[in-house]
Amino acid sequence: MTFRQALTHGFWKDLPPFRLVLGLCPSLAVTSTAENGLGMGLAVTFVLIFSNMFISMLRKVIPDKVRIASYIVLIATLVVLVELVMKAFFFPLSQQLGIYIPLIVVNCIILGRAEAFASRNPVPISMADGLSIGLGFTMSLALVGSLREILGAGTWFGMSVFGESFEPFGFMVKAPGAFLCLGILLGLMNAWSRKRGEIFIQT
Amino acid sequence: MNLILLTFGAIFVNNILLAQYLGNCPFCGVSKKLGTAFGMGMAVIFVATLASIFTWLAYHYILVPQHLEFLKTLVFILVIAALVQFVEIFLKKQSRTLYDSLGIYLPLITTNCAVMGIALLNIKQGFDFIETVVFSAASAAGFALAIILFAGVRERLFLSPVPRSMQGTAIALVTAGVMSLAFLGFSGMVQ
Repeated sequence: MTFRQALTHGFWKDLPPFRLVLGLCPSLAVTSTAENGLGMGLAVTFVLIFSNMFISMLRKVIPDKVRIASYIVLIATLVVLVELVMKAFFFPLSQQLGIYIPLIVVNCIILGRAEAFASRNPVPISMADGLSIGLGFTMSLALVGSLREILGAGTWFGMSVFGESFEPFGFMVKAPGAFLCLGILLGLMNAWSRKRGEIFIQT
Repeated sequence: MNLILLTFGAIFVNNILLAQYLGNCPFCGVSKKLGTAFGMGMAVIFVATLASIFTWLAYHYILVPQHLEFLKTLVFILVIAALVQFVEIFLKKQSRTLYDSLGIYLPLITTNCAVMGIALLNIKQGFDFIETVVFSAASAAGFALAIILFAGVRERLFLSPVPRSMQGTAIALVTAGVMSLAFLGFSGMVQ
């Protein structure tokens, strides 16, 4: 993969969570508003860039047999960092996201990129990969969050969209709405890819 | 009485999968057959209960006295990873039949958000030891219930004419949404 490909493949070709069906928990849980989705996405992006960087730096040092455990410790350290920074500077957001911030540790996207990409590529290209996958994830979460917030509460980033007379579609901000919204978006994406003649990847 | 309410609440009202969205990767990944879903459910019940006990002990007897609460994420994931390894080795030596049925799911569980999520919820809600055990077992049982029911639905789904673009994960998510809607009917029964 070239540097340019690494920098752009996260936006469509490997767009998480739709193309890589990984990291579904945060995509469902924190997307009840656009703001939460965006905040979560940026937190994941930060962790992803630096976990890719450190893992790529240490790829010749970490013994093969204990690599997963080493990756998890590295990732957990970064997540603790994000947790503390969020508590210090974005307190309301961190209260909203709650236990889903520490749960970034077990987000499969991060471990997946570490294993599939950073452990066998040099530092700059690994960081580019982390940036593009992370921003792709942020975009998707913000999109799902916007859809759910606009339909479910009639607002977007807290601003009223439809005015007073709009009756919110309350189901969308609850759990079933999350599953339905993600499922339908995935279906639309598949339809679009098929139209463009791309290969189907989920089973 | 309180414990009964806690159990009922954790299984039905705040179902870990369908209301709290934890553990969705295995939910979509291993729910294609009833047998594998059952194995995964049992493995999660076993590991989540043990992991919650150990993380609760580690939090209250190691981290709190040292004022290191902010390290809980790091410590919990290490405890869970070590525990899963240990359980795997122990089962391999002691109970071959159990290992054969649960073994392949164990490594997957380290990165299952349900296990870590239950451990974090125990701390967040300030449970004492007995409540922790009951809540973790019940939440994990809720996970098992949801994944087994879902696998049953998915086996039927395999035979039905789904539009081509919706096949696979897309229809699975929509189905999960409908199931979650059914579970929403329990909300309000227990505060």
